[in-house]
Amino acid sequence: MAMPKGPRGQDIIAAIKQAGVRHVCALPDITTSAGLLWPLSEDSELRLIRLSKEDEGVSICAALDYCEKRSVLLMQQTGLMDSLNNIRAVGCDYEQPVCMIVGLLGKEPDRAPTASDSFGVRIIEPVLDAMEIDHILIEGPEDVASLPPAIDRAYENSSPMVALIGRRVEP
Amino acid sequence: MMQRMASFEKIRDARDGAIVVATYTSAFEWRRVDPDPLNFVSVGAMGQASSHGLGLAIGLPEQKVIVLDGDGSLLMNMSTLTTIANEAPDNLVHFVIENGSYEANGGHPIPSQGRMDFAGMARAAGYAHAATYEGLNQFAADLPELLSRPGPVFAALKVEAGDAPPLDYDYDWLHSADRRREFRKAVKPLLKD
Repeated sequence: MAMPKGPRGQDIIAAIKQAGVRHVCALPDITTSAGLLWPLSEDSELRLIRLSKEDEGVSICAALDYCEKRSVLLMQQTGLMDSLNNIRAVGCDYEQPVCMIVGLLGKEPDRAPTASDSFGVRIIEPVLDAMEIDHILIEGPEDVASLPPAIDRAYENSSPMVALIGRRVEP
Repeated sequence: MMQRMASFEKIRDARDGAIVVATYTSAFEWRRVDPDPLNFVSVGAMGQASSHGLGLAIGLPEQKVIVLDGDGSLLMNMSTLTTIANEAPDNLVHFVIENGSYEANGGHPIPSQGRMDFAGMARAAGYAHAATYEGLNQFAADLPELLSRPGPVFAALKVEAGDAPPLDYDYDWLHSADRRREFRKAVKPLLKD
């Protein structure tokens, strides 16, 4: 049986632009590297800020919002876990919009995250629920349409948002 | 060694409308030295002052941004040095107030107290300029150039621990989301179309 298709990187790039995003903070993640991070690194309409550690990006995205510049933080779920304290502080306590696109490394393409054999994948949605953080799941090409309204919602509500990428992004 | 409040008074006198991002003990002391709507307090997740400063420097490229970091705070986010050096914002000045201790948490020593060369680390990471100051007079003499030369500029200020009058650690003030809303309002006139 053929594996289900992942989302297209160009569609995700178009979606974040549609939402007004012009800055992307990122650390490489193999789920999104070839299909998304490399193409956006060559996109002249986007400024890529290469991070040394993911939680820096939470602060940078929040600071850019004071300057009325929309941004997203692109990382792997391990980086999300490493950044939880800063997300808790900046996003939740201080009510700042921080939009994150998070590759789920190790997730099976045909399973829901909570049904994954990977503990690191399985706990992500429950952790986000416990932190009362808005999240969406992008598995296939049809799911990308949910990204612009989720980004809009985060900025309108001044709150964090996580878009989980459940399959490898295709070029 | 300098007195922290004295070094802050020098920075206040040379500030000239800059945004100042301060953290923890520095934030309380800076608030006392120079209460100003363009003060941003970076707390909640220790170590993030310089990352907030970087975001502001990128978002407001024509606005000088000064970061008043702590040595313990910088140790918690050392990766910021390479990120800032890579972005190379010419409007960012990164001061590290080096008192060798976690002053807000009981005065315990930082690892490598007295042996760490913070300016050396910043220089090696790729900052445009990095220096260490132990005396107030030399710092005051160099401060105009530190604030005017193209950044990112880094300076470690060696200060005496606990030299200031007792601080009012008003954490409710510090952590309130209202602080962020006030800063947002203050930044608004600086935004260009």
